[in-house]
Amino acid sequence: MELFTSEITLAHYLSVAGILFVLGVFGIFINRKNVITILMSIELILLSVSINLVAFSAYSADLSGQIFSLFILTVAAAEAAIGLAILVVYFRNRGSIAVEDINVMKG
Amino acid sequence: MISSFFFYLFAAVTCLSGLMVVTSRNPVHSVLFLILAFFNAAGLFILLQAEFLAMLLVVVYVGAVAVLFLFVVMMLDINFVELREGFQKYRTLGIVIGIILLAELFTTFFQLAGDSGALPETTGVHNTAQLGRVLYTEYVYLFQLAGLILLVAMIGAIALTLRSRPGVKRQSISDQNSRRREDTVRLAKVRSGEGAEAKEGSH
Repeated sequence: MELFTSEITLAHYLSVAGILFVLGVFGIFINRKNVITILMSIELILLSVSINLVAFSAYSADLSGQIFSLFILTVAAAEAAIGLAILVVYFRNRGSIAVEDINVMKG
Repeated sequence: MISSFFFYLFAAVTCLSGLMVVTSRNPVHSVLFLILAFFNAAGLFILLQAEFLAMLLVVVYVGAVAVLFLFVVMMLDINFVELREGFQKYRTLGIVIGIILLAELFTTFFQLAGDSGALPETTGVHNTAQLGRVLYTEYVYLFQLAGLILLVAMIGAIALTLRSRPGVKRQSISDQNSRRREDTVRLAKVRSGEGAEAKEGSH
């Protein structure tokens, strides 16, 4: 199986999604203090899952994957809205968004 | 041949801008690279003949989510240099874990899905029409549930960020509606040259 071929197979799309997923995980790893970048990394991970589902859906000629990608898009939008709202409220109360400061509840 | 060129173009730009999202110093640049990644992912979706999802990605992600991120990043006055302290410390560990994860994923992909063949031919019906036929029949309950999720998220976001500051004048509709004529209006007979006396309790 050649990596660079003129024929684009399912594995190529899955590789792009895999690279994006790993980048998202990497972003969560290295930006441990910055909640905004962590949220953006989560968006990258969700995007990679979306690419996965759409690629499988296209190559197996089944629309269910695209439907589920639609629902992932919905949940991602809701998650971003709630996460940023929590961030704004937290910043208003504490004046900082450092992850280490979020230990008031001692959970 | 031309579609494979576009695939490599979109894939490369998506991955590079994804890398820039997580490593960029300025979070505003991160958000802008996120927008670039979304646009190129939409290009990949078009290559996969999922035009509706591509447009949805541009409208929802770029138009709403990324702009929301941009708004929050610019609105909050944050010292971002302070937040990058652990960057060097975790970078090596992150790269090692990333390479291991990527190697595992690649082996699996090219062993299991390497010989999937070309993209199936389209049937001539629009992707949007096909999606509509499935979405509103087979997945109608999930569709309603997605709407409910968005409603709950909207109410939650408003309830979280709404605050009532003291000293701000705002309309109180219940107070307005419960005012009666007898409480507020006083008829006084004013003789010329004397003026009306102010009653106690009134202005």
